[in-house]
Amino acid sequence: MDRIPILKMGDCLLVTIQVDMHDELAMSLQEDLTAQIAKYASRGVLIDISSLEIVDSFIGRMLANIAAMSRVLDAQTVLTGMQPAVAITLVELGMSLPGIRTALNVERGMALLQEFIGDDTEE
Amino acid sequence: MAAFPEIVRAHETAILSGWMSDMSASTRRKDLINDSDLQAQATELLKLFTEASQSSGDVQSDAFAATRSFLKEIAKTRMETGFSAAETSMFVLSMKQAVFNALRDALKSNPSELISEIWTAGTVIDRLAMLTVDTAVGFREQTIARQQEDMLELSTPVVKLWEGVLALPLIGTLDSARTQVVMESLLSAIVETNSQVAIIDITGVPTVDTLVAQHLIKTITAARLMGADCYLSGIRPAIAQTIVHLGIDLTDIQTKAKLSDAFSLALTRMGKSVVALKQAAASTPRVKEV
Amino acid sequence: MTTLKSETFPIVTSDDVVKVRQAARMWAAELKFSLVDQTKFVTATSELARNTLEHGGGGLMTAEVVENGLRKGIRLTFTDSGPGIANIELALKDGYSTGGGMGLGLSGSKRLVNEFYINSELGRGTVVTIIRWK
Repeated sequence: MDRIPILKMGDCLLVTIQVDMHDELAMSLQEDLTAQIAKYASRGVLIDISSLEIVDSFIGRMLANIAAMSRVLDAQTVLTGMQPAVAITLVELGMSLPGIRTALNVERGMALLQEFIGDDTEE
Repeated sequence: MAAFPEIVRAHETAILSGWMSDMSASTRRKDLINDSDLQAQATELLKLFTEASQSSGDVQSDAFAATRSFLKEIAKTRMETGFSAAETSMFVLSMKQAVFNALRDALKSNPSELISEIWTAGTVIDRLAMLTVDTAVGFREQTIARQQEDMLELSTPVVKLWEGVLALPLIGTLDSARTQVVMESLLSAIVETNSQVAIIDITGVPTVDTLVAQHLIKTITAARLMGADCYLSGIRPAIAQTIVHLGIDLTDIQTKAKLSDAFSLALTRMGKSVVALKQAAASTPRVKEV
Repeated sequence: MTTLKSETFPIVTSDDVVKVRQAARMWAAELKFSLVDQTKFVTATSELARNTLEHGGGGLMTAEVVENGLRKGIRLTFTDSGPGIANIELALKDGYSTGGGMGLGLSGSKRLVNEFYINSELGRGTVVTIIRWK
């Protein structure tokens, strides 16, 4: 079974979801990400969904889970590139994606992550 | 079966010329269709009408399928060319007198049969005319709907106030359809211009009801989900009262009474502020990174 | 209401849920739904297909293009012979979940479509029908 590639960029992990995932693929992404955050002690996770045309409640929950698990491992999660139609549908569905920061694109997302990570190390 | 189809066929030429001359000047529209085209259409219609009537008196039956599609075609073309719906249907109706004349000549000696044939033929022609009007009006309605859509798009302009700041000044009453279009254009604009803040200004909106408020809240929530901030400005006291009365919860939403305040907040949010130039004669403030 | 086209899809594996989503997308695109309407429709399809698989133990989806006078639309019927839903009203309330998060599936999907019908009998199964008009 194919797995979604996770890229390491400094102390952040970057994931681009480009395929229409079936449930098992989504679950394995969750596991893989958690494992990698722990392995590299990453401080940030950026998930780009600019190619995702459908985000239903299952995917929404997966994203919320990833954010929650990352937080337990002391990492921040940022979601980038949500398409307008997806945003409108999620609002209609009633999904608020708590605990997930969002940014318009990867560039902004990385800047946002650096802000969080930077703030922490400055303490 | 009715006898009129045979009679009509036998008198085709006479009927056609009578029909042509019966089309009174006002509905003839020589400016929109020339004689030979008109003649061709009339000939074709007469042929189809006669053929179909031989097997049925019901214009919705299969026998009339070819006639129906022919009439739909010419109705559409005429509406596109500029005929009115009435002029279009008069084309069909004006064949009646010529047909009745032919029937009268053929059936003079048999008044009761004449009356029955006139009735049958007349009914069919009337129904064909109604079909034509239906198509013509349907075409008009489609055009109007399309124009309404265009107007809707034009009336929801998204304005770039500064690099990264968009404003959507809404003017006039908001209905469900318009608010949907507004929502979608704002969200696409945010992506296209890579903006961080969007301000929806409702100074020009006279009333806000629960439905409209819900739509605005959804738009703002969607924008935030996508990663942009979204403020609501231009809330007049009367609207503030209505919102409280209706029990609408705006606690999660950043609101400002004035658009200028919302813009100021947007700049601050992006880490920018407006400062005066440090020159004696300076009169225009410049925006400077903080 | 007349049916212009009809096709049945099995929902037995999670791959089927993906296939059913793609079919819904294709049909909606053929009827030239707007992008937002397509997204809402396919998302509702995904929710209900997943419900059929996970709570109904598998079943099928029948897709039909329907016409009502001048309007055209797509009607999807999700059928399973699973345990059924004990309290439909409760299941349709936002946030209600029988574990595993059926939470927003039904109530959310209802908001994404124009017509929504559900019929369920304990021990016999569930049938959910949705229609999205153009």
